[in-house]
This record gives sequence, structure tokens and C-alpha cells, in this order.
Amino acid sequence: MALILDLIIQGAQMLLVLLLAPLLLGYTRKVKARLLRRRGPPILQPYRDLIRLCRKEVVLAENASWLFRSAPYMIFAATWVAAALVPTFATGLHFSWTADLIAITALLGSARLFLALVGMDVGTSFGGIGSSREMLFSSIAEPAMIMIVFTVALIAGSTQLSTIADTMLTADVGLRVSLGLALVGLIIVALAENARIPVDNPATHLELTMVHEAMVLEYSGRHLAVIELAAALKLLLYISIVACIFVPWGLASNGGGLAAYAVGIVTYLGKLAVGGFLLAFFETSIAKMRVFRVPEFLGTALMLGFLGTLLLFVSRSF
Amino acid sequence: MAIGAVLTCVAALLALAGLGVVVHSRPGATRFIYSACLALSSVILIVAVARLLTWPGPDPATTLPLGLPWIGARFRIDALSAFFLAVINFGAAAASLYALGYGEHEEHPGRVLPFYPAFLAGMNIVILADDAFSFLVAWEFMSLASWALVVAHHQEAENTRAGYIYLLMASFGTLTLLLTFGLLAGPAGGYGFTDIRAAEHAAWLPGLVLALALIGTGSKAGLVPLHVWLPLAHPAAPSHVSALMSGVMTKVAVYGFVRITFDLLGEPSWWWSIVVLGLGSITAVLGVLYALMQRDLKKLLAYSTVENIGIIFIGLGLALAFKASGYAAPAALALTAALFHVLNHSFFKSLLFFGAGAVLNSTGERNIERLGGLIQRMPIVAFLFLGGCLAISALPPLNGFVSEWLLFQAILLSPDLPQWGLKLTIPAAGAMLALAAALSATCFVRAFGITFLGRPRSPEAQAATETDPLSRAGMYVLLGACLVAGILPGLIIDGIAPVVQEHVGLTMPTQTTNAWLSIIPIAESRSSYNGLLVFVFIIISTMLAVEVIHRYASRDLRRAPAWDCGFPEPSPATQYTADSFAQPVRRVFGEFAFLARERVDMPPPGDPRPATLDVRLVDVIWEGFYAPIQGWIQFGAEKLNHLQFLTIRRYLSLVFLALVLLLLMVAIWP
Repeated sequence: MALILDLIIQGAQMLLVLLLAPLLLGYTRKVKARLLRRRGPPILQPYRDLIRLCRKEVVLAENASWLFRSAPYMIFAATWVAAALVPTFATGLHFSWTADLIAITALLGSARLFLALVGMDVGTSFGGIGSSREMLFSSIAEPAMIMIVFTVALIAGSTQLSTIADTMLTADVGLRVSLGLALVGLIIVALAENARIPVDNPATHLELTMVHEAMVLEYSGRHLAVIELAAALKLLLYISIVACIFVPWGLASNGGGLAAYAVGIVTYLGKLAVGGFLLAFFETSIAKMRVFRVPEFLGTALMLGFLGTLLLFVSRSF
Repeated sequence: MAIGAVLTCVAALLALAGLGVVVHSRPGATRFIYSACLALSSVILIVAVARLLTWPGPDPATTLPLGLPWIGARFRIDALSAFFLAVINFGAAAASLYALGYGEHEEHPGRVLPFYPAFLAGMNIVILADDAFSFLVAWEFMSLASWALVVAHHQEAENTRAGYIYLLMASFGTLTLLLTFGLLAGPAGGYGFTDIRAAEHAAWLPGLVLALALIGTGSKAGLVPLHVWLPLAHPAAPSHVSALMSGVMTKVAVYGFVRITFDLLGEPSWWWSIVVLGLGSITAVLGVLYALMQRDLKKLLAYSTVENIGIIFIGLGLALAFKASGYAAPAALALTAALFHVLNHSFFKSLLFFGAGAVLNSTGERNIERLGGLIQRMPIVAFLFLGGCLAISALPPLNGFVSEWLLFQAILLSPDLPQWGLKLTIPAAGAMLALAAALSATCFVRAFGITFLGRPRSPEAQAATETDPLSRAGMYVLLGACLVAGILPGLIIDGIAPVVQEHVGLTMPTQTTNAWLSIIPIAESRSSYNGLLVFVFIIISTMLAVEVIHRYASRDLRRAPAWDCGFPEPSPATQYTADSFAQPVRRVFGEFAFLARERVDMPPPGDPRPATLDVRLVDVIWEGFYAPIQGWIQFGAEKLNHLQFLTIRRYLSLVFLALVLLLLMVAIWP
């Protein structure tokens, strides 16, 4: 019985992230539009876009290969599995021990590898430019993420997100220099990984500086819908990671009862709303960078993560 | 008697080498030799794996009346050698299976067939040897056999140069190993490994031995700056031999290093690990950066081998650090991770070299700038190569990820170490490891994307055909191994346990008894990973997504010209090339790694000259380290050259002077 309940809660989390992801995207766009004194599309627009894309036929480039047709599903699956393993409203879910934070990072890496490959599949110059730049960014963002994981893991004594969240909740962690460094680093990585301003502009099309959009340029119809959903999931996932490590309050613990879960879900929605608002606010107040300034920006995150780890190697009390 | 069976197989391999000289020109000789190699290496593999799984403790040494008359040749299988026997013979069996198909295309079988079994035998004897003399003889035999294979296609000038540099480096490496064992054996000359273990060493000796062993085994493994021969020699050999040299022979060198530092040299000092960690980190990052700049597919793979050797040495350095401070459990974790990576690298690097061989066979091209679109014409090879790329990029659920994950877990345990030098070195090594892993993903996106995706860039690529079934079978076996090691890592970790027990005195907790077969290095609250469940989840989610989309979404599909923002250009030359893909990385990392300089010559409007982009990359290791040495030798040789043109009187006076000097030395010597 307990097992079934656990499985139901795990399934609820998987469904929850899937359903909330487009909403978060719509909400962020709305806030951004309001900050720019535009009215903006309705919050539910991303759902409508997905449905519309699903209804359309796929226009496939003549020389697209089997990889091009199967990759969207693999990108989606890897991102979804990663998102399902991050505590959103409760810690210690039934399968939370399957993969730790390092494995979640690597799962996102798998998704990105497929995305970069399909960018090159049709053999257009736009696709190649997108893949090449995406891999450059990831070559610095991924080690930065690993160093941030090191920092957090050294404080919590664990790389399991559930355990980290529990430690941050209960133990006397307090304000630490290394945590601050990790937070700033993680935000930089999250901006880059989700192709947000100042690294990439999610609203561009037909621009030489685009990265994510360039890779998926040849996609249409249901394939594009799946990729867009995966991108939305990734944004949700990063906000969930930040929330789970740095503001874990309200998270229900394992077997906390329905009331605790309800509190968890409400606070999670609140965290998403705040996170989405801050993202939109940040994006409207900063300009996009030149492509070759991005490595310096990401290098900052790498250095912050490295510094945090080094401080903790020197003394556990930093 | 395991050792008897293994030695018989090795003797049979040597006999096969002799037979190869005689029968190589007969029809069916290729098939016969490779089938026999496949059978013999499978037998050794089965014996080694069976012993590892049911570890009964090491055998006593078997002495054969060969070699030096007063000690004979001693052979022994302990856990370490059983593990490396398994690695070598799995790679050898897969390569022989692949060669059953691939070897048929060889134009001069007489230059490959005799040396291939000899090479396999040499590697096996190095692992089996239990005295320094047989070890060195086998080591040199292995080097020479592989050298003969490197120069098999000696008509190409590039290959002869590769062979020459390889021969120089291999002889130099063996020389330092000779000195290593000479120092270890001491003036009394106890060359058996048991005597060396029992000997008391002077305080200054371990440091010197470590340095010599690092040079000797590092030059074979490809540690920077001793790696220069590797990207020349490995690609020059036929592809199944390249796979063996890169995937397997470098592991023999790792074996040599582990044997000397963990076993023969006694208790380690903590500063050893700083040297090993530092070299490993530099090797990992420089190796992958150089791999990213290569246009030659096989050279790219060879540089990536350098990177992976760096990763293995980072693991070994961590294990030494923990062992020196008496932290047995973390040392066991780090050593397990390093050995796991040894195994993983032998799987995926062989797989990738086989893929490169299939491409080479089908198109005659190694330059990826002239390939492209092969996924249409060689879909199965493309699938298998993609699997290898995913595995080597350390992505779950394949095997490369597991060993790097274990290494990261070991790094997270190291703040407990008391030495300040290590507290500062290990985080840096961790950052370099993460950087190398991420760059390696970039490198293999480029390798796969340019070779297999896009549109064909040459008529040869246009006319490519799928490779033969036996070659594909060899690749399937390796991809299967990558997958099994990735989703059931607990089996491998438990298999490595006897080795770890032997050398750090403790093992990781037994993994196969964990719930759901997850791996838990220290404690479940600390970290756990379950490759099987990740794999199952990904499969289920993919199937669910496909099912939902195909049920509820439109199923219409129309083929049309590529969109490309409305300006599709039919010429394949407009695609991204390998160089343009690497350009951003070159721009970010190139200044320190290659002293890269780009010069754009853009003619002013009205000038009909074509614009040019001139990129200069400097191989810093070659120019900064080897070129000066070469210069000095040249200088010295030219000066000495004058001695050839003296009169007889001068020669006689030189002889007299030499005699006086020697007599003086004898007189002064205490």
C-alpha cells in the first residue's frame, strides 16, 4: 500500500512538472511583456502553441536522417527524467535515489548532445553555427555546474538533492560565503543553459546570434512541439533546483501526509512565481551579450564554483 | 590450473605468429589467423573473468626455464593481472572478430598477419610476468611487434616517420623502465617481484623510482609531454590494430604503473599523488583540446586516448593520496573508479576505432572535412559510432558516466586529507576533470556531426556503402559491453573488488546486493546512482512520448527542401566544416593551448583578390620540448662530425688522452 502511494506521488510529480512547464513559460513571457509596458500574449498561450504544432503536418528536410526524427523524443525523455528526479514539492520521493545531482546534470548533457547533433543533421550553416556555439557554452557551463554541485555537496555531505534539501532545512547551515558563490554561479549557468538573455534570446528568429533557435530551425509540427516542451521543462527544472537548494522551506518530507503535500505544492507554486518574475525582471534590465563575451560570463560561474569548492576544502566552516 | 591454461594460449599465439609468416599469402590465411586469435583470447578472457568472480587468492609463481638461467622466467596471476588479462583479451577478442571482416581488405596481409598474434602474446606476457627480466623482455617484444604493425603501410612517408618516432620513444621508455627495475632490485639483483617487494629501500629511492616509472610507463600510455608518438603511430596502423594500441596497449602501460607504484614500491608518500594528479589533469585537458582541433578522424581518436589516460591517472593519483594517509575506503573508491575507467575506455575507444576503420574502408578517407552524410549510407555503423560517442562523452546511461561519477564521488571525500598541498591540488584536478569531460562531449559532437551528419562533402563520401557483417558484429559486441557496464555497474565494481582489496587493503561495499542494483559508493544518504533505472525510465518516457504524440497529434509528414531561413544553398560547401565547428573553442582556449593566431586578409572593395583566413596552431609540446632537444642533438652531432676527418696522429693522441683520463679516474676513485 505504501509502495503504491509512493508510486502515485512520484507519478504526480512527473505529471506536475510536465503540466506546469508551459505555464511557467507563459507566465514569464507575460511578466516580461508587462514590464515592457506591452499587454503580451495570454498566460496559456504556450499550451495553445503546443496543440497547434501537434495538429500541423511535419515538413521534413529531404536529407534528414533517422536521427533527426527520433532525437526530439530522446531529448524530451532525458529532460523529463531529469525533471522528475528534482524535488519540487516533496523530498525523498520513491525514485529520488536513482540519480544524484551529478547524474541529473549529465542527463541534461545527454539531451543537449542530441540537440547539438540534430542541428548538424540537415547540413545547413545555421544549424552548424547553433551546434558549435551551444557546445562551446556547454563546455564551460558544465564544469561550472559540477563545481557548484561540489560546493553544495561538500556543505550537505551528499550529492542527493533530497538529502541536500533536508540538510539545508534542518541543520544549522546558516549564511555561508560558499553558498553565496554557488547561488550566483548556479544562476549564471541556468541562464546560459536555458538560452535566456544575456546569453541567448529566446524570442529571436533569423538572427546571427541565435543559438538554441538555430539548432531547431529545421523542425516543424509535432517534433518541434516535443522540443519546445523539453525546453520549457528544462527552465522549470533549473528553477526547481535553485528553489530546492537555496529556499527549501515548505518542502514536504517523505510520508508527510496529504496536508504537508498540499503545503508543498502551494509553496512550490509560489517559488515558481517568484523565480519566473525575477527571471523576467532580470531579462528586461540587461542587454544581450556578444557571443564571445559569453565564455567570460560563464567563466565567472566556473571560477565562483571553483572558489566555493576551494574554500570548503580549506575549511568546512566557510 | 589457470596459469597453465593461459600460458598455453600465449604459446599458441606465438606459434600462430610463426605460422603467419609461412601461410600469409594462402587464401583463407586471414580468416584462419584471426579466428584462431579470437578463440585463444576468448579462452584467456573466460579464465581471467572466472578467476576474478570467484577469487580464490593468488597462485604461487610458476617458473619456466627461460630467460636468465639463474632465475628463470616467473609467471603469476594475481587479482591485478587477472583484471588486466580480462581487459586485454576482451579487446583482443573484439578486434579479432572485427578483423575477420576488416582484415579481408588488407592489401599486404604478410605485413600484418605474423605480427598481430605476436602483439597479443606480448601484451599478455607483460601482465603475466612475475620478475623484472621477463617483464622487460615482454614489454620490448610488445613494443616491437606493435612497431611492425605501425609501419605495415610503410609506403606512406607519414607512416615511416610515425614508426621512427614511436621506435625512439618506445626504446627510451624501456630504458627508463630498465633503470626503474635496476634501482628496485638493488645491488644484490633480486629481480623476482617477490624479492623486490621484500627488499628494504633507501629513503631517496622511491622518489627516483616514481619519476622513472612515470616516464617509462607514461611514455607508453601517452602522458603529456610524452604523448607525441601516440597520435602519429596509432592512426598509422590498420584500424583493428589502432583499436588495440589505443584501447588496450595503453592499459598495459597503466598496469605497469599500478604494479610499480601500488605493489612493488611499498607504502606511498602523499606528495607522489600531487605529481600524478598534476600530470593526469594536464594530460586530460590538453589531450581533449588537441583532439578538438584534428581533422583526421583516427588522429582525433588517438588524442582522445591521451585525454582518457589523463582521467585514469587522476583516479590513480587520488587513490595514492588516500592510501598514503591511511583512508582505505576512499582509496578503494578512487582505485575502483580508475580501473573502471580502464575497462570503459577499452570498450568505447575500440568501438570508435572500428567505426573509423569502417569509414576508412568504405570511403578511403580519414579527413573528416571530406566526409559527411554517412548516416544515410552507413546507418548501422553510424548508430554504433553514435553509441561510442555517447559513452565516451560520459553521458548516462552508458558506461563512461559511471567511472567519472565514481571519480567525482572520490574527489568529494578528499577534504578530509590533512596535507595542504592536496587540499589545493585536488579541487583543481576536479575542475580539470569536469572541463575535460565537457570538452570531450564537444569533441565527439564534432566528430560524429561532421563525419556522419549533414551532406556529403566529397564524391567518396557520396559513394560510401555499409560495412561487412563481421566488422559490425565486433562493434555490436563492444556497444553491448558499454551498455551493460553502464546499466549494471555493480557487477563490474564487484569484479574489481579483489584487485582493490589486494592493493589498498579494503574494497568498496558489495554492490550487487543493493536494492534495484544501484551503486552506493559510501552510504545511501551520501550518493547513489542507478543506471538500470535511469535507462528504464528513459526508455519508458520515450515510448510514452512517442505513443501519445502518435495517437493524438497529426501524423502527416511531407518531405521538402531544407528551410535554412529561406535561403537554402545547394552546395555542400556551405555547411559548417570541422574547422568552423572548432573555431569558437579555438578562440577561447587556443591562445594558451596552441598559441593560436588567426589572420584575416580582407581585400578592400574593388580589389578582386580572394579574401583569406590564415590560422596558425603551434603544437606547444613539440615546439617547446622536443624541438629544442632535437636541436641540441643536431648541434652535438655536427660538432662530433669533425672527429671523422682527423689525421692518424690526432686519433692516436686522442686514444692516449682517453687512456690517461681513465687511469686518472681509477686512481682517484675511492
